[in-house]
Parts: sequence; structure tokens; C-alpha cells
Amino acid sequence: MRSRFSTIAIHAVLLGYTALALFPIILVVMNSMKMKRAIFLSPLTPPGPASFDLIGYHRVFSDGAIGTYYMNSIIVTLGTIFFTLLFGAMAGFALSEYKFRFNKLLGLYLSIGIMVPIRLGSVAIISLVSGMNMINTLSALICVYVAQNLPLAVFILSEFVHQIPKDLREAARCDGLSEYNIFFHIILPLLRPAMATVAVFTMIPVWNDLWFPLLLAPSGGKQTITLGVQQFLGQYVTDWNAVLAALSTAIIPVLIFYVLFSRQLIRGLTSGAVK
Amino acid sequence: MAQVSITSLQKSYGSVDVLKDINLEVEDGSFVVLVGPSGCGKSTLLRSIAGLEAVNGGAISIGGKRVNDLAPAKREIAMVFQSYALYPHMDVEKNMGFGLRFAGTPKQEVAARVAEAARILQLEALLKRRPRELSGGQRQRVAIGRAIVRKPQVFLFDEPLSNLDAALRVNTRVEIAKLHKLLGATIIYVTHDQVEAMTLADKIVVMNQGRIEQAGKPLDLYYRPANTFVANFIGSPAMNMVEIEVTGKNKARTLAGGELGVPLPARAKAGDRLTLGARPEHLTLGAPGKGLTGQLDLVERLGEVGYAHLDMAGGGRFIVEVRGDVKAKRGDKVGVVPDPAKLHLFDANGKACAS
Repeated sequence: MRSRFSTIAIHAVLLGYTALALFPIILVVMNSMKMKRAIFLSPLTPPGPASFDLIGYHRVFSDGAIGTYYMNSIIVTLGTIFFTLLFGAMAGFALSEYKFRFNKLLGLYLSIGIMVPIRLGSVAIISLVSGMNMINTLSALICVYVAQNLPLAVFILSEFVHQIPKDLREAARCDGLSEYNIFFHIILPLLRPAMATVAVFTMIPVWNDLWFPLLLAPSGGKQTITLGVQQFLGQYVTDWNAVLAALSTAIIPVLIFYVLFSRQLIRGLTSGAVK
Repeated sequence: MAQVSITSLQKSYGSVDVLKDINLEVEDGSFVVLVGPSGCGKSTLLRSIAGLEAVNGGAISIGGKRVNDLAPAKREIAMVFQSYALYPHMDVEKNMGFGLRFAGTPKQEVAARVAEAARILQLEALLKRRPRELSGGQRQRVAIGRAIVRKPQVFLFDEPLSNLDAALRVNTRVEIAKLHKLLGATIIYVTHDQVEAMTLADKIVVMNQGRIEQAGKPLDLYYRPANTFVANFIGSPAMNMVEIEVTGKNKARTLAGGELGVPLPARAKAGDRLTLGARPEHLTLGAPGKGLTGQLDLVERLGEVGYAHLDMAGGGRFIVEVRGDVKAKRGDKVGVVPDPAKLHLFDANGKACAS
């Protein structure tokens, strides 16, 4: 009985938290499908026959630039994930596999990046990026995001590399694989669950970030979707239908990525076992 | 197949010497077993031969070619690990063919060799399974198969049976012995289990504290141990040892005062201290006063034979093999009579005395 009570209590807490977390999202999605008047008069009611209107979506999709902004966001996010995972796993492998001087120190130095927020260096980053003529490029964003996410990725992945039995790498060495092939054919496949975790960690802040797109790629058709939405927010008139519709659609790609990665995550957990 | 020769091999981790002046010849096609207590350096020696550990001095040559500075793959060796070290994300077939694929072997050739190994090891039905779907014994066979397909000059086994249960261990041991006959391969095998060593080896190398104590045929080691360490290590239960003092020609007494007639080497003088060793099966229990004196502690009955554990006068314990009934009770004084022809004598340094 008691365990049943505690199960109910736990679920009540979790459901409460879920409701709290989902509330703003539901509000956005709900209102994106209403007429402008209805948004302001009764923001908390779901769209009914009288208030239902997809004008926001029409306006977003008829705006040619929005598609580009989506593409930009997707490129930046995927690019960041790719390089963060690649370099993170490489560094993690090197730090845990090879014993060299300053190995520990280097690991510590890399983990400082976890503690110091990269935004503190914004001014230096802007002058660096503009010095390299990379303002308004997606590569600049990817570089900065990779730098931002790499410390945690290295930290997590090197721990996971550590858990891969040493015998496996030595068996591969006896099999005649080069160190690069050991990394790509033995270590990377076994790191998949860990990499899915890191990918999820990396993806969401990058997708949602407004700060660096605003600083580094504010124009020239290189805006990301979070920044692109700003065009509907005017000083005098704000097109709320379009803003809400754009934000609602912006949820979808992240959701798809998440589903993809979390599948890996679960599959990874059930495989792997050695010996 | 090739011979392996190791000359004055040195290896240290920082200031700790783990291998000290190792000299070893492994003849072409022979089965050499490295045994010793844990930490004796036997695995390190094997890993040095494999090229997984760098050595600090000396030379390793395989098939007449010095391999000290070659990568493991270039040494034409194949290693079977204690943990099997199968790649968990590949099926059995891929696991076995993996090394060959990277060596640029043509696909048909890889497939043919994998099929051949699978046939020898009876793995044909399992080729599409992942390691996690296999039992311990099957994984072990896959690990051996992975070694076979590479057609190496030398097979290296690192305690391959220690993760198997007792029944499977006996089976696999027999299979490895058969495989050795079948392939005519040169095998270097590390174990701490002396039964594996005695049954499999053409030559046993007993190691202790980074040195080779003795190398030789299994029964030579059993009948003619070169020193007290080997005498103690080979044979189960271990050899009984007692310190004696020479009192005259072929006469000695134990430090507790028991008089003994033993065939002593000619150069033994009165007053010399020697260690006398006798295996449990070369001792018989007798009436008190005969031979050495001890007090019966317990008798272990194993069925066909039994082992009587004795507390000896003057300290130390003896184990005596007994067949049939033992009349003495716990705490009774008994005599222990050695078979003079089967005794071992060691000098003060623990080296066997030439008789």
C-alpha cells in the first residue's frame, strides 16, 4: 500500500512538473492557431470554431526568408553537433588512452571551459570573428558553438572511453588497425549512447540561442530562426500570429532530432555489454 | 610457424623491474606455458612479445627477425585475451574477419578463412550472432577463431580459460590441445593454473618476481625441480620441505632432532644445512619414532586418495598422501617415513643439489 502511495506521489510531482514545463509551449501552439483578437481577448482558451485561424502560418510560409532561417538553424545545429562529437570523442580518446606528460593538466584545462561561460568573451569573439571576415557566416556560429560545447563533451566522452575495456583496443592493435581506425571502427561505435547524450545536451541550447546569432550573424540572410522571428516583432506593430506560428514550427525540428538521438540512447543502453 | 627467441629482456615500470634478464627459446611448433604466481611478470612477458608493452632492453625475435620495434600487427602474432575482447558491435563473422579486412585481404579469401576457422571451431551456426548472444565458451571459441584466421606465426594466449566454469575449462583445454596438434602452431600460453600447464605444455616456464626460475618439460619440472620455488609451485598438494643438518655420510637430522638416513651428495659435510623436500606421495605414515615425527591434524578424503595433514615436531606442516584406512586419530603422534630414492635436496640458497 505504502509503495503504491509513493508511486502516486511521485507521479503527481512529475505530472505537475510536466504541466508546468509544457504550459508555455501549449500556450504558444494554441494561440498560434487563433485570430489576433482571440489571442488578446482570451489567451488561455483553446482555438474554437469561431477563433480558429491559420493566418500566422500563412504569413510565415509566404515569407521566403523564413525557410532560409530554418535551414540556417538546422545547418548550425547539425554542424555544431557533428564537430562537437567528432572532436570531443577524439580528445576524449586521446586523454584517456594515451599517457603523456601534462595529460591530467590538459584534461583539467579543458574542463575549465565547463565552468567559465563563453559569453564573457563575447567582445573578444566579435573582434576575432570580424578580424577574420567571418561576420554573417554560419561557420562563425558553428565555430563558437563548438568551442562552447566542447569542454563538456570531452569531459563526458573521455569518461565513457575509459569504460571501454582496454583489451578491445589492444585486440584491435593486434588485428593491425591504425590508431585512427581503432578510433573510427571500435571506439566511435561503442560511444554511440554517450554521443547521443552529448548531442541532446548540445543541440537544445544551440537551437534556442539568440545571443551569438545576434552578435555574429545578424543579417545577410544568415539569421537563425530564433533571430529571424524577430522581424515580426516591430517597434510599433507586432505580428503576433506570425511570431507564434514561427515559434511553434521551430519546435518541430528539435523534436525530430531529439527523437532520433533518444532512440540511439536507448538502443545503446541495451547493447554494448562486453565479455 | 616460427620460433621465438628472447634474449636478456628487461622491462621496468618506473623504478620497478618487472622483467629481469629473461632468456627463453620457444621452438618452432611447440607449446610453451608461462606459469607463476600473480604479479610474477608472466602476462607482461606475453604482452611484450605481442608488442603491447615496450621493453627497456634485450631482444625479441620471431622467426629469426628482430621485432622489438615493430607494431603488434607487424609481428605476425595473434593474441587471445582473458576477457576475449570481442568487438561487441560486430557479429561473429565480422569479428573474425576484421583484422584481415584491414590488412587488405581480398573478400573471398577473408570469407574462406573465416569459414575454415568456423568449421574447425564448430561456430558455423553462430556466424551471424553478436558476442552478447553467445555463452562464455562460444565467445572463447570466437576469440580463438579470430586468432586462427590471421594465420599468425605465433599464437599468444593470456589466461584464456580463467573466465570459464570448471567443466567447460576441461573441455576447452582439450580443444586447445587438439587445435595445437591440428595447426602445428607455435603457442605461448600464460596461466596460473598448473593443471593447464602440466597438461598442455611441451615446455613449462616457471616465473617468479620477473625471473625465470626454471624452464623444461612438465615432468622434468615435477621430478627434478631446480629450486625450492619450482618444487613448491609445481605439484598439488605442494612439496613438503624441512630443514636438516648433515651429521655424517648419508646421515642427517632434522632441527627438531629426528635422525634420518638420506642419500646425500658426496660434497655434503657434517654441519651443512640443507632443505629436504618430499612430495606427499613419496611419504608414508608409520609408527611413532620412525623417520620424522608429527602429530596428525586432519585427514582429507578425496575418494581414491586422502591427504593427512600433520603438525611436525620442530614446526612446519606436512601433507602425506594416504591410501586406505588411517588408524591414527587426530592428535596422535605418527612417524613419517620418506622414500629415500624420491627425495629432493636443496642447498642454503634454495638451489637443487646435484645428487
